[in-house]
Amino acid sequence: MAEKRRIKVFLTGLVQGVGFRPFVYRIAKECSLTGYVLNSTIGVVIEAEGEEGNLIKFLEKLQKENPPLSRIFSLEYKFLPPAGYESFEIKESDSEGEVAVSVLPDIATCKDCLRELFDPKDRRYRYPFINCTNCGPRFTIIEKLPYDRQNTSMKSFKMCEKCYAEYTDPSNRRFHAQPNACPVCGPHVTLYTEEGKTYEGEKAIKETVRLLSEGKILAIKGLGGFHLICDATNEESVKTLRVRKRREEKPFAVMFPSLESVKLYAEVSPLEERALTSVETPIVILKRKENTDLAPSVSPDTSTVGAFLPYTPLHHIILRDFGKPIVATSCNLTDEPIMKDNEEAIRTLGDITDAVLVHNRPIVRRCDDSVVRVFSNKQVPVRRSRGFAPLPVILPFSLKRPVLAVGVHMKNTVTVAKGNRVYLSQHIGDVDNPLAESFFEEVVEDMLKLFDVEPEVVVSDAHPGYYSTKFAEKRFSDKLIKVYHHHSHVISCMAENELPIGEKVIGLSFDGTGYGVDGSIWGGEFLVAGYTEFERAFHLKYFRLPGGDRAVKEPYRVAVSVLMEAGINPSDVLNVDIKKISFISQMVEKGVNSPKTSSMGRLFDAVAAILGIRYKVSYHAQAAILLEEVALHSDSEDIYPFELERGVVDWRPIVRGIVSDFKKGVAVSDIAKKFHNTVVAFSVEVVRDIRNRTGIDRVALSGGVFQNRILSENIEEQLQKSGFTVLTHQVVPPNDAGISLGQAVYGGLIEKDS
Amino acid sequence: MKIEIGHGSGGKLTRELIEKVFLKHFDFPELKSLQDATILSAESEKIGITTDSYVIRPLFFPGGNIGKLSVCGTINDLTVSGNIPLYISVGFIIEEGTEFETLENIVKAMAETAAKSNVKIVAGDTKVVEKGKCDGVYINTTGVGKNVRTLTPLNAQEGDVIIVTGFIGDHGIAISLSREEFDIETAVLSDCAPLNSLLTPLFEIPTLRWMRDPTRGGLATVLIEFSESSGLGVKLYEEKIPIREEVRFICDMLGYDPLYLANEGKAVIVIGKEDAEKALEILKSHELGKNAEIVGEVTGDKKVQLITSIGGVRHLELLEEDPLPRIC
Ligand SMILES: [Fe+3]
Ligand SMILES: [Mg+2]
Ligand SMILES: [Zn+2]
Ligand SMILES: [Zn+2]
Repeated sequence: MAEKRRIKVFLTGLVQGVGFRPFVYRIAKECSLTGYVLNSTIGVVIEAEGEEGNLIKFLEKLQKENPPLSRIFSLEYKFLPPAGYESFEIKESDSEGEVAVSVLPDIATCKDCLRELFDPKDRRYRYPFINCTNCGPRFTIIEKLPYDRQNTSMKSFKMCEKCYAEYTDPSNRRFHAQPNACPVCGPHVTLYTEEGKTYEGEKAIKETVRLLSEGKILAIKGLGGFHLICDATNEESVKTLRVRKRREEKPFAVMFPSLESVKLYAEVSPLEERALTSVETPIVILKRKENTDLAPSVSPDTSTVGAFLPYTPLHHIILRDFGKPIVATSCNLTDEPIMKDNEEAIRTLGDITDAVLVHNRPIVRRCDDSVVRVFSNKQVPVRRSRGFAPLPVILPFSLKRPVLAVGVHMKNTVTVAKGNRVYLSQHIGDVDNPLAESFFEEVVEDMLKLFDVEPEVVVSDAHPGYYSTKFAEKRFSDKLIKVYHHHSHVISCMAENELPIGEKVIGLSFDGTGYGVDGSIWGGEFLVAGYTEFERAFHLKYFRLPGGDRAVKEPYRVAVSVLMEAGINPSDVLNVDIKKISFISQMVEKGVNSPKTSSMGRLFDAVAAILGIRYKVSYHAQAAILLEEVALHSDSEDIYPFELERGVVDWRPIVRGIVSDFKKGVAVSDIAKKFHNTVVAFSVEVVRDIRNRTGIDRVALSGGVFQNRILSENIEEQLQKSGFTVLTHQVVPPNDAGISLGQAVYGGLIEKDS
Repeated sequence: MKIEIGHGSGGKLTRELIEKVFLKHFDFPELKSLQDATILSAESEKIGITTDSYVIRPLFFPGGNIGKLSVCGTINDLTVSGNIPLYISVGFIIEEGTEFETLENIVKAMAETAAKSNVKIVAGDTKVVEKGKCDGVYINTTGVGKNVRTLTPLNAQEGDVIIVTGFIGDHGIAISLSREEFDIETAVLSDCAPLNSLLTPLFEIPTLRWMRDPTRGGLATVLIEFSESSGLGVKLYEEKIPIREEVRFICDMLGYDPLYLANEGKAVIVIGKEDAEKALEILKSHELGKNAEIVGEVTGDKKVQLITSIGGVRHLELLEEDPLPRIC
């Protein structure tokens, strides 16, 4: 019999007094699940327990078969260890009254609006701003609370008589729909072309589609910012877009006209389908099918495609008219924040874009698209932004004080928290250039204001060089406390898995970089951690990073360092200019600008370079991602030897084994797979060793390396076989974007003045 | 022969050292009196004075040594502050056991540099310390010059132009490589040079606002300090900044930013836009200034920004003591 699993769902929406709880009860019974459904002040909470296949079916039904008058605004779910429910119950509300969700995320166009949008008889036929109480912009148009039209960027549009009648009629779907609008009174689109022509309304859309089919590159205004779009089947266009955006290889997201269309291009599992069609409409990273007409440059170096579906009426109209998938990537130069203002976007004309489709409803807040990946039959967030932000993560306990957490340096998010609610901001990105720095500062002020938080404690990373740390030191010096990078990773995983206060875990924090207690760069860490304290139990043997950040961009440098450490002459393995190898070897020997690290991400980089997969990278973690891709082609179950000694994982025998295989001509895919297997093997062995000493049998997996599917699936599976409970990320990303959650919980629980 | 403790005792050995090394090379009449103080004419109502101590490893590096460096540094500090350098005093702290020859080579370089740049070494002192109490030779200097211009960051105005007098980063790279005894073939020499003959002609230009020699901390640090004290900002254009290909390559390998590398023979000049071309012409006519470039401008917004060659913008900030990787 299949293992039981438990699922926990938080959902918000129009669910009161519409038969929603009986509906949940009915489908739970249909799927033979136990658990409960509960209306609470944070929305509807459902826990359901049963066989995995049934749980997935339950999730599908929840989304597809909900009662006619009910509407789902958001739905976040996670799998948890079974709790042993015996029947399914409708629980009494834990407290009466309004659902206390102060700011909703933006919601994809609902079915009713879609029907009207393409109904030639409807007065909003092909109107790009159709919306209702159940869908449309929220987070990105709210200037301040309460959520009323005059507090949104819709305030300058005066409703016409018809719209106002809908707005004031309690029986209408648009009753108090703040962004309510129609072609007579609402916003409209304008297209500016490179030649200086302008087109309005329907003509603008027709021209947009014509330009797309001509292979042109356009910026179009969405919910939380502009997208750069072009025909995703036109290789020339996609290539041009790469040059203009200065993005060499990092995969582009593709928006498909429909689910059916996605399925022509990619393999879609049930959970992936649920994600694609959810109200959050994130980008879902899918396995691409071969021999389609998708332009190779969409994702030149991987076999995946980031797919998503239209989520605004404007997208729906363009995709329906164009009929083919389009690249839809955030409109910015690589590493800068997404553009949101018309003037910003129009300035790209002739430079990045051939035409720009704007509208006159201002975007108040930038908000990039969210990204998820599904593996281990779980949805793993890679970027939690549009559709999710700023919904709170609910803790199983209350924090002692209101907190602000400023996140880290890359993939930054900012978090404010009070009580049991933790509000993570939208994706901010790498805070590594002036535009990103001001965006980061804007978000800090915005989150404090929006959620009316007066923080007693502000938390930053311990790394002295992060912009976020320096900002917090300046702006909040008297309230600032610092927490170590990998501790916050582990805390964030504990928190989203609802671990009670006082519990401890064995925390695996595997990522690229994180300032450690000894001033070195940590990243291959086995911690014994509680919410407010940790101990480093095991770590990867240190090696040097010649050139610091430069080594991150050029993995061959790390390979030189790692090979030297393993007693192998780097020039026997690497096909790199001998002059460079000699230079880097000397840096390693002399310790010149070569900080010590225990980073797992960098070890992956080194192996990728040794195998000749990648000497330099053009985006974060590229070498490691490609190493995983290569490994997917092998089913080797072998491992390389390794040594565990006094809290240190000695990887040198692994490197020697890899080099020996490589020289023997063993297939690179087999070596890559064997390396993955080895990391799994030593991780499991280390965790067992720690259990023997501490008695802890709960393991939390965090850090960007756990976006690696082979590693995550196998470590989880093998640990479970050894009787461990394994906690993984399903609500916030395992990468650095999830860290501000951990920081906030730390700041909210720590004993002050200790 | 080696320096002994006795060479600093004030007795016979000291006398021998002074005559055989210092006076032999420092051929300046003012010094020869060997009195407790030297009487000088300053030829001016206002004088400029500067002092500095030189502690550098290794003592001899490609393109110079601590002696040459100490004289150049003093001359340059005087010059960029609007003075015509005239006199220098020198104090030596010498580690017991230092080779006579080493000291003599240092002294020779000082004398040559001073003579070449028309400044006089007019007072001196020597101390010898026990082995291990210092690292070879330390030199302290004081420089005096005739003050001609008052140059402060407060003179600067929005729209002014920023000039760099030549390739940056050479000194920093030469020192790093020789200190760490890197075994690589390179022709990068320290740019160590006295700048008075290059820069004093600019004193004639009324809109000359401010100058600095970008030594420790390099071009970036100097401009950040300029911004802090002037209340103005700076926009630098990466592609305009003169950097040797070789320095670029070595920086790239080491992971260093050339904007933060020390220079010992370069100046950063802030000058009115209307006079920028004229200044550039004056600089370019001199051997030490032939690679001078306009690299940026003064802005009103207090930020020090680098416009990168691909059009991006980077804030320049004071360097961390020990920069650690931040990329995850
Ligand atoms: Fe991290
Ligand atoms: Mg000085
Ligand atoms: Zn709707
Ligand atoms: Zn209307």
